[in-house]
Amino acid sequence: MRFGLSYVGISTSCLGDLTRGESVDGIHDMGGQHGWGSVAIDPDEKVFASDWEARAFAMGAMSAGLSGTNLDAFRHALERLHPLEYLADGYYGRWLACAELLLVDHGVLPAGAVDARAQNLLGNEVSEPTETSGEKPQYERNGSGSIRSIEDPHGFAVGDRVLARNMHREGHHRMPAYIRGHTGTVVALRPAAVLPDSTAHFTAEDAQHVYTVAFSSTDLWGSTAEPYTLNIDLFESYMEPTS
Amino acid sequence: MTAKPHPDDRAPAPIRAEALEALLTEKGLVNADGLNGLINRFVNDVGPMNGATVVARAWTDPEYRERLLEDGTAAVGEFGFAGPQGEHIVVVPNDAKNHNVVVCTLCSCYPWPLLGLPPDWYKDPAYRARVVREPRVVLSEMGLNLAEDVEVTVWDSSAENRYFILPERPSGTEDMSEEELAELVTREAMVGVAVVGSPT
Repeated sequence: MRFGLSYVGISTSCLGDLTRGESVDGIHDMGGQHGWGSVAIDPDEKVFASDWEARAFAMGAMSAGLSGTNLDAFRHALERLHPLEYLADGYYGRWLACAELLLVDHGVLPAGAVDARAQNLLGNEVSEPTETSGEKPQYERNGSGSIRSIEDPHGFAVGDRVLARNMHREGHHRMPAYIRGHTGTVVALRPAAVLPDSTAHFTAEDAQHVYTVAFSSTDLWGSTAEPYTLNIDLFESYMEPTS
Repeated sequence: MTAKPHPDDRAPAPIRAEALEALLTEKGLVNADGLNGLINRFVNDVGPMNGATVVARAWTDPEYRERLLEDGTAAVGEFGFAGPQGEHIVVVPNDAKNHNVVVCTLCSCYPWPLLGLPPDWYKDPAYRARVVREPRVVLSEMGLNLAEDVEVTVWDSSAENRYFILPERPSGTEDMSEEELAELVTREAMVGVAVVGSPT
């Protein structure tokens, strides 16, 4: 699926300083949205539709390491893209834009360097910026990957009824809007993991217990919803006991 | 801070990818061999055939199936399947009465070591948006019509657990070898948007 900016009928030049702070209620939080059309499987799909997408994947995959950041910061970078840019060049277009964002933010590349080089590749002679700003984050990691062993006792047990907190945190987190404020039941305990809210912003790991919580479709979407169960993984601080 | 959109006259994505690679190469941070190695790994070495191997073993070896459902990460590790996006694998069985389907509404989390990189439909906003709201309608569009008495569960992969569906073994396969069974298993069945059909 591809969305050009002209496809959505908006000229980016008229958007001015339209930015949205760091709110996480962005284009990426797609669960439950209407209007995206139907879903079809392409049985002949290749892993990469074109060579540039393969290059974008590889550089995107390496960008967290090259910028001294992490997977959660990469996901947050996806969320920080302007909503039009999130859609403009498809999935690997997003990865390319994220790689650039992390590498510029953390002082590996000068701002505007990629655009300037691209213009030069197109034969338009422009000067390329040389000054970087920003630096690699300094923070402590207690291991590789995201899973951790922690001593804290579990706050919840299988069978507990819990409320998905109606939280509206700035910055990165992993609580989709469609779950917030709803009550579900803990169905499984999962390994503790670093809290993306913290690691994406390089403040700490804040590893927490993770739970799979089941919600009824009619609780989420009303009495006319299809009957099914929605299972989702929630960090302990995203949950509170029901009274 | 949310990034501003780039101007309309921005170079197309293929040129920007070339520009980024050139800049990183000049800094000595990437090289063509390294990028090609990573790309080739996901084009040639890691893909749904890994998951299909696991499924065929689980269909033919009840003890393996038990280990797989008990500790997915360890059981798939017996085949050497491990790595990024496979830190904690949870295997969920489908059968005639219970149908499970996996999504990542917030990005595109997917069990890379077992299935490779996600296909377009998994990354499509339509799938991410709708399968948590009207799963039967979405599955029907994708060619899977479930009987009314089937219990549907949708798994939204919002943390670092990666869900992998163990499809039900189809009838008419009693005499097939593990290798032949693996050939029947599709990527779509291991995400839960299809079932494995009987051989024709």
